[in-house]
Amino acid sequence: MNRHVLDARYLLCPLPVIRVQNAVARLAPGDILEVRATDPGALHDIPAWCRVHGHAVLSALETEGEMRVTLKVGAP
Amino acid sequence: MDKAARFRYVASAFGQPPEPPGGDRPQSRRKNERAREGPFPLVLFYNYPPKLRAAHHMTSAASTSSRRKCVALISGGLDSMLAAKVMLEQGIHVEGINFYTGFCVEGHTHAIRRTARARPKRNNALWVAEQLGIKLHIIDVIEEYKDVVINPKHGYGAHLNPCLDCKSFMVRKAREWMEANGFDFIVTGEVIGQRPMSQRRDTMPVVARESGAFDRLLRPLCARLLPPTLPEREGWVDREKLYDFSGRSRKPQMALAARYGLTDYAQPAGGCCFLTDEQYSNKLADLWRARGEKRYELEDILLLKVGRHLRPRPHFKLIVARDDGENNFLLGFRHRYTHLMATSHPGPLALIDGQASAEDLELAARLTARFGKGREAERVTVAVTERGGSTRTLHVAPLRADEVPNDWYL
Repeated sequence: MNRHVLDARYLLCPLPVIRVQNAVARLAPGDILEVRATDPGALHDIPAWCRVHGHAVLSALETEGEMRVTLKVGAP
Repeated sequence: MDKAARFRYVASAFGQPPEPPGGDRPQSRRKNERAREGPFPLVLFYNYPPKLRAAHHMTSAASTSSRRKCVALISGGLDSMLAAKVMLEQGIHVEGINFYTGFCVEGHTHAIRRTARARPKRNNALWVAEQLGIKLHIIDVIEEYKDVVINPKHGYGAHLNPCLDCKSFMVRKAREWMEANGFDFIVTGEVIGQRPMSQRRDTMPVVARESGAFDRLLRPLCARLLPPTLPEREGWVDREKLYDFSGRSRKPQMALAARYGLTDYAQPAGGCCFLTDEQYSNKLADLWRARGEKRYELEDILLLKVGRHLRPRPHFKLIVARDDGENNFLLGFRHRYTHLMATSHPGPLALIDGQASAEDLELAARLTARFGKGREAERVTVAVTERGGSTRTLHVAPLRADEVPNDWYL
């Protein structure tokens, strides 16, 4: 299990979701991806994308104007 | 069916005015003819370029499982949601595809603004996928899409919206995805007469032909007004359970949604694309005029969605945040632009796009002060930071409202 960080700050949705989609495609099941974003929509869209594709959202929170979503890659 | 009849059939399907649904032959005779043609009518290949014939064979071979698979273009609106739902009801495996062009209207693009933060921030295409229980693949087509916007073969609509070229482009991308992933056909939520440019009876065959999807493109909401497509002829889907919607009325779609128990769905008034918006198109046209060529980068078209845009001189424009949300968003771009902000009074961040002389900077500072809390003050101190990072301060008199001509506003 590896931990990765994705910087999607200053991108408007759905670009953070697309970046997550492309990053997850290169990761292995069980890997952890921490996403940093500034678009408030990321807090809704990244978890929604995870739900339809079977990945687990470990946390999704806003801290000082920055959105942080941590997910665990599911089985393909 | 003799050879001449087969050619007439192909012409009807791919460009000529289509026959009435079902033609004028009795149902039983049509079924018998279909049975004689076998499971895969040879007639389809008459119009297929060699490359596509190979692709057609490839996808057929890839689709040997009993459950057929379609990729549905999901915009996030009601029509595409219903089209996908109709396929699910027929037992088809459906996955959604959504293309991000950079011009897409998203609820939370507006939600950057503080005043709009109470609105739902959901991405409608993802929300639709969740409601339907299907996967959604969001594809970045920003670079490829530039050619559609800059050189539309079929021209623009009322504004800078190249709707027909756009639809052909998206169906082509969906066709490429279908072929790469072993899917059988493509589904869209198009309805004859729904849109004045891309969803007309005479332009639907254009989209099928120019996308290369041909008769693997199924429009479930109006399929019964169109010639049968491959999924219908092959019996993958039951044509009798498809629909014959036409025109701009939304009532049939709303009734179908109610029948499926779908009560919450997005209904964007101007479609899902900023290019159908007059003010946005004006700003894009201004950008091209100022640059002397039709060219843009993603950052340009994102910034067109945010702030007040004023062009006081031909060689520069000012992007002024309208509230805290836009201020925060524009802060992310400040290192790449000369930017201004009042320091003596609360006020907005303003970015300068273009080359501004010392005189221009003073004018920009007076404009920036105009939109802050110091607009009635005699003097406002404005910090001007160059792209390189050096900052200086200007003490300026804010422009009065009558000193800002209307034609500066884009």
